Amino acid sequence: MIDIKQVGQVFGAVGNGGVRALQGIDLTVKDREIVTLVGPSGCGKSTLLRLVSGLVAPTEGSIFIRDERVTGPRQDTGIVFQAPTLLPWATIVENVMFPSTIMGRADEAARRRAKDLLKVAGIADFAEHRPRQLSGGMQQRAAICRALVHDPDILLMDEPFGALDALTREIMTIELLRIWSNTPKTILFVTHSIPEAVILADRVVVMSPRPGRIAEIIDVDLPRPRDFSLSGHPEFQRCTGRIRDLIFGEQGARFDVEH
Amino acid sequence: MSNTRLPGWLSASREFLIPLLALLVLMAVWEASARLFAIPEYLLPSPSRIVEDMAAMGGQQLGEHMVATLRTVLFGFFLSIAVSFPLAVLISSSRLAADAIYPLLVLTQSVPKVAIAPILVVMLGPNEMPRVIVTFLVAFFPLVIAMTTGLLAVPSELIELARSCRASKLQELFRVRLPFSIPFIFSGLKSAIALSVVGAVVGEFVAAERGLGYLITSATAFFKVPVAFGAMLVLALLGIVLFQLIVVAERVFFPWAAAEERR
Ligand SMILES: Nc1ncnc2c1ncn2[C@@H]1O[C@H](COP(=O)(O)OP(=O)(O)O)[C@@H](O)[C@H]1O
Ligand SMILES: [Mg+2]
Repeated sequence: MIDIKQVGQVFGAVGNGGVRALQGIDLTVKDREIVTLVGPSGCGKSTLLRLVSGLVAPTEGSIFIRDERVTGPRQDTGIVFQAPTLLPWATIVENVMFPSTIMGRADEAARRRAKDLLKVAGIADFAEHRPRQLSGGMQQRAAICRALVHDPDILLMDEPFGALDALTREIMTIELLRIWSNTPKTILFVTHSIPEAVILADRVVVMSPRPGRIAEIIDVDLPRPRDFSLSGHPEFQRCTGRIRDLIFGEQGARFDVEH
Repeated sequence: MSNTRLPGWLSASREFLIPLLALLVLMAVWEASARLFAIPEYLLPSPSRIVEDMAAMGGQQLGEHMVATLRTVLFGFFLSIAVSFPLAVLISSSRLAADAIYPLLVLTQSVPKVAIAPILVVMLGPNEMPRVIVTFLVAFFPLVIAMTTGLLAVPSELIELARSCRASKLQELFRVRLPFSIPFIFSGLKSAIALSVVGAVVGEFVAAERGLGYLITSATAFFKVPVAFGAMLVLALLGIVLFQLIVVAERVFFPWAAAEERR
């Protein structure tokens, strides 16, 4: 579904003063697979997601979706940013319909679909409210509904629950899995929470910083449907343990080198 | 804004009642001191004298002056909007356009408008045009600046959202940038309408045979100071009404924007 081939990204001029954010990224995400990206902050997770979304063109290598080279944002992808980024002047349902509006398909069917999504997300009562009247968690739910409204096959999520409190975060994670099991999509999900990465994923991509590279890809062999009661499961322990080793082990090593 | 609780009817009309009361008190003090200290009317005519002389002039004549000024104000104001909008879009669209246009804008602002007015009369003839142009020149600058500021203040996340939905440049402008700028635009419109009244009067000072500005110059020429004062008060009233119309328009059509501004 998604093929990332030898992708590198340098911001600014190469060599003098340029920042190398990514180097030699090779990754294939299969149809209807959930892949999570974890790694310390600054390791290029957001950059990689933005490259896949087509918002930024890679300086090296190329990305293919369904064997088509990604040259810009595509209709079959939906994006959820870390902040809800709702239009403050529009109602929640208008916000959810925004992609349809842009595509010139803001008809009754789109409105119905937006309302249905809001129902699934549990915020149907707020359809006619403005974003400011909703809590952060509810705003982020609306943002997820917006990413789903045009029924994309691929969902790209950049720390979508990062700004939420721990409890809401767990609820949203399970909610996302429920939505996914109803209408399976290919999901590329960035997070800095290790348990979240494991509970969601078919595979966890662990990244290391400076320059951003893939350190290891871990297969998560946990039964679905999942919830956080699986945290005691030996496979869950194995995966989180391995990720911790990769992230903190490397930082420890780097720490030794630098001092 | 304070949120002191007032009895229902009072808090509802507070916005109008208290300024009105203050105005009445001021008028009373003015009237009383004019009579008490026998101030000569060419220095400071009493309110009653102003009303008397204005009434003597006749409602129809006053109406004609008012309509003439209002026409100039509105023509100038709408011309400002018509010019400011594309200019702001252009300036906010590229660094190059901004660098090219900004100095020219500043230039139009550094020339005193009173100095341009007589030149415009010679160029355009003794008609409405020079007055409208002067009004426009006085009013449009803050509007361009406010619009440009608004268009450039759009958070990059919102632009990125539009791009991720594959919005065209035009859609980005009309669906994201422009709505985001509404509060900015309205604060610009408020300055512009107030300045339009100033501009129209400046235009009328230089060349006009009607209008409240003309009324002031012609009345003072004949030492009819109460009439000049009356014209001035009518002008102030006109300015307040126009300003409030914009405030109301914003609250009615863009309640969210009005809320944003009051925050
Ligand atoms: N637009 C940009 N211009 C310059 N440098 C950038 C830009 N975006 C990201 N970077 C740099 O790339 C690196 C990776 O950033 P990012 O992808 O945001 O990491 P993460 O999401 O993993 O925290 C950082 O060093 C960051 O400073
Ligand atoms: Mg990030």
